[in-house]
Amino acid sequence: MSVANLSYRAVFSLVLKRDLTIAMRHKDDIINPLLFFVIVVTLFPLGIGPESQILSRIAPGIIWVAALLSTLLSLDRLFKSDHSDGSLEQMLLSPQPVFILVLAKIVAHWLITGLPLILIAPLLAVLLHLNEQSYSALILTLLLGTPVLSLLGAIGVALTVGIKKGGVLLSLLVLPLYIPVLIFATSAIDTAALGLPYSGQLAIIAALFFGSLTLAPFAVAAALKVSTN
Amino acid sequence: MWKWLHPYANPEVSYHFAGKILPWLSALAALLLSIGLIWALAFAPADYQQGDSFRIFYIHVPAASLSMGIYFGMAIAAFTSLVWQFKLADASAAAMAPVGATFTAIALITGAAWGKPMWGTWWIWDARLTSELILLFLYLGVIALQNAFEDKNLAGKAAGILTLVGVINLPIIKYSVEWWNTLHQGSTISKLGRPSMSVDMLWPFVFCFLGFILLVSVIICIRFRSEILTRNSIRPWVRTLVSQHLTQEKANEV
Repeated sequence: MSVANLSYRAVFSLVLKRDLTIAMRHKDDIINPLLFFVIVVTLFPLGIGPESQILSRIAPGIIWVAALLSTLLSLDRLFKSDHSDGSLEQMLLSPQPVFILVLAKIVAHWLITGLPLILIAPLLAVLLHLNEQSYSALILTLLLGTPVLSLLGAIGVALTVGIKKGGVLLSLLVLPLYIPVLIFATSAIDTAALGLPYSGQLAIIAALFFGSLTLAPFAVAAALKVSTN
Repeated sequence: MWKWLHPYANPEVSYHFAGKILPWLSALAALLLSIGLIWALAFAPADYQQGDSFRIFYIHVPAASLSMGIYFGMAIAAFTSLVWQFKLADASAAAMAPVGATFTAIALITGAAWGKPMWGTWWIWDARLTSELILLFLYLGVIALQNAFEDKNLAGKAAGILTLVGVINLPIIKYSVEWWNTLHQGSTISKLGRPSMSVDMLWPFVFCFLGFILLVSVIICIRFRSEILTRNSIRPWVRTLVSQHLTQEKANEV
């Protein structure tokens, strides 16, 4: 069967499998951002002091800011290695629409970096004495919010992939775009701590998720075409 | 219907057109700004509550609204460039970005200077202040991306995509920051809410506002012309222009 006849679903799963296989063979790509996440969170009690009241008050913010930073750190691997070995250009040359390929790569990135983050977050919440009522809010906001981080971050990486020292530039481009997710996620967790319903904030994060899910792949595709020229 | 617009796609025509309107714009900007600023700073009545410190308003408000307006203009330019592959739009977006960033910075600094006597603090995490700060970050990101590419055409396209992503995000950021603020401090009085102004305070403001708009157009015009020259530096018309200029300078020296 020639490549041109592949269905969208087949293309999607092919790229997804490829990226996951590559990630499994470079496990430090998965582990290092996670370690960074854990270490950044541990630094805060050391800097602020061990009082559990203060810590439980600022825990949502710390966990979410650390999640933003570790996502930022892991974004580079999304397109960089593919760009340097030329496989990215081959993908762009393929007859398949670019946004399907891009979407598969972003999903793979989330599975590799976002999902482990969510799994380890409750442990860090224990370290920071997060209010017990807030755990479900923390997990739900991370579940809905980290895909947004991957999607928006992909636009930034796609714009900077052709630039040699793109790392610092990437953070400058992407972090302002992350602000709404941060605001609504931490506010949902804070509201949950008070025992109030936080479905409003969750609904907005979900709206951000679906909005970026539909629009970001097209922006990424356009940006990749500019970057690879 | 749009035929009159076509010649301006040629960089040379646009360059000379910008050069032609530049003196008129500058003269008008100088006139309006000097009338407006002198009127506002020296003759307009002082506010009965805020005294003379309210006069910062005449610089602060035009700068703040222009900081948003220029970003919007950049987004329109970026959209034209991406959709119709209109390269001069990139040049104009590149000309606008630093001007917009400067005006955002002016709005923030004058705001801080105003906040100190009025609220007793240089900075509060008010929704408007915060979203203005984030706007400055967006500007700086666009400028950094424009400078990161060697090739000006690529830089323009990349910065254009970022500008459009930013313009979609801007209202989201604005509303989220507003909500964040109201959630965190229950009773924020809208300190910046515009009071109804008396007429002798309003007129100098109108002059200042129009003057600043014209000033921005003058600066953008100058930057637009130099962007066209750097982007077309290998074209023959630029070379003849430069050599003409050089011979004229030599003649002046002798």
